[in-house]
Amino acid sequence: MQRYLVRRILLAAVTLLAVSLIIFVMSRAAGDPRHVYLDDYSTQEDWDRLTESLGLDKPYYQQYGIFLGSALRGDFGQSIKEGRPSMEVIVERIPATMQLGLAAFVFSVVVGVPLGILSAVKRGSFLDMSGKVVALVGQSAPVFWLGLMLVFLFSVRWNDWFGDSLVPPYGRQEISSIVLPAVTLGWFYAAANLRLLRSAMLNVLDSEYVKLARAKGVSNNIVIWKHSLRNALIPVLTFAGITLGSLVTGSLVVETVFAWPGLGQLAIQALAGNDYPLLQAVVIVFTLMYVTAALLVDIMYAYIDPRIRYA
Amino acid sequence: MAADATLVVQPAPAPARIARKIWQLRRWPLIPMFFLVLFVITGVFAPLIAPHDPERGGLRDRNLPPVWEEGGSSEFLLGTDHLGRDMLSRVIFGARISLAVAGVTLGVGMVIGVASGLIAGWYGGWLDEFLMRIVDIKLAIPTILLALVLVLALGQSFLIIVAILAIAVWPRFARNVRGEVLQLKTMDFVALAKVAGASTPRILFIHIFPGVINTLIVLATLEVGIVILLESTLSFLGAGVPPPTPAWGSMVSDGRDRLAVAWWISTMPGLAIMLVVLSMNLFGDWLRDRLDPRLRQLN
Repeated sequence: MQRYLVRRILLAAVTLLAVSLIIFVMSRAAGDPRHVYLDDYSTQEDWDRLTESLGLDKPYYQQYGIFLGSALRGDFGQSIKEGRPSMEVIVERIPATMQLGLAAFVFSVVVGVPLGILSAVKRGSFLDMSGKVVALVGQSAPVFWLGLMLVFLFSVRWNDWFGDSLVPPYGRQEISSIVLPAVTLGWFYAAANLRLLRSAMLNVLDSEYVKLARAKGVSNNIVIWKHSLRNALIPVLTFAGITLGSLVTGSLVVETVFAWPGLGQLAIQALAGNDYPLLQAVVIVFTLMYVTAALLVDIMYAYIDPRIRYA
Repeated sequence: MAADATLVVQPAPAPARIARKIWQLRRWPLIPMFFLVLFVITGVFAPLIAPHDPERGGLRDRNLPPVWEEGGSSEFLLGTDHLGRDMLSRVIFGARISLAVAGVTLGVGMVIGVASGLIAGWYGGWLDEFLMRIVDIKLAIPTILLALVLVLALGQSFLIIVAILAIAVWPRFARNVRGEVLQLKTMDFVALAKVAGASTPRILFIHIFPGVINTLIVLATLEVGIVILLESTLSFLGAGVPPPTPAWGSMVSDGRDRLAVAWWISTMPGLAIMLVVLSMNLFGDWLRDRLDPRLRQLN
């Protein structure tokens, strides 16, 4: 167990290091960083100061050391567009992204789990069919398009039909603003939960101990909710963990579509505005969240399922 | 008498035989296959099929609805966009971009993935450890983020997009091929080839590689959908193949702020993406069940 833990933590650290290296190399490959920070009105003094602080007169490996050192202190330089430290801009955006991720996660569980159980129990029924459609759409439709179609249906068209939109199409002013982005972001994972749970339930319902329970005369409800669901939930739990991490990436697209003022939107704005200092900070923070989530899941999973540790 | 006895099975009459053949077809994913063939044909022959120039339009014709809506004309079957360009032609040319990106990406990703998988599985040791750790690291970095950084630093072009996506797909090939090689290399026929004096490259390519092909085909089909979704997402975010080239993702983005006036600008290309990815997934599932059911545990 300990060996496994050490290995996983090391891997997470190396991953972060690799990302920082990629970002450093790219920032140098893009050209002289002094041209990014300074414009025609800068003085020779500004130029020299930046040369000094980025270590541009030193060899590349020392420059990387300087970059890494300031990154560890949370210093990624000034955002070009905002004119203040990138980290400051980022910290303001974190709550919105967390909120959206959580709402999407709740949606994926609330929709995916019951639908998964019901489509396994009532296999081949109308419900099973509709579950299949939900899953297929979730896994094939591009997230950004799905979001736009929901806006079209529940804001634009709803307005045409009933004189008012059902939920706000974008922004974060009202509580109901979160509905459309959360559904869009959560749909893919709801679909995955549904498929996972359905096949796991079908496996369990077919097992010997469920047959025995039924033969003993245990009621149908208890067989489904107690004997089967508990065992079928294991793969879903694993996936739920993986989900938390990749929700981070999904937020890039969804926040852009719905003008949700979180980290994802910030990254795209930095991209559009050529704000490299800001973008590199966002990418590092995102990767940190992603890697941490994955690490926690792996550790939790190793506790739940001992077979993993020795694999 | 003896000659008659060999004729135990009488051939069924022609209509019945045809009926049985058709009945057997129900096991094939015909509808997905139809859409995939359509996708490839429109992609390859786009200039011959498209009724209009996808990159030129007249402002007088802007935001025209599809033919079945009020005010639509049969000249623009799926309507026109905000610059008066024919939607149908743009969707057709968009197929070309997706097809090209998916094809080249998978080609490159597969070659890198197979090569490193073969090497890692065959030689083992530190080389294996090194390659597999790279795979782990790659899988731990969110692809879209990496792509955004690369695009901002290196600029946007078809080649850069393909390179980024190839980086995204090779690890899965490498990991699966390595697993297969680990099994195959313990087989008797490999030992015999060694005894017969075959060189290592010969064993790898003539004896081991054929055993990996099934897995490879199945993985490739399942990855096509992922690559097309990734490419369209990058285009949508403004980091894909640069405009005015009609990529499906950027077309959806064009219509974003025009949902109230012209819903078809976003809807049509998105439908195209979904149809292709859906067909590819259904086809891939079917192929997997036929060729390599062990891969089922992947999903």
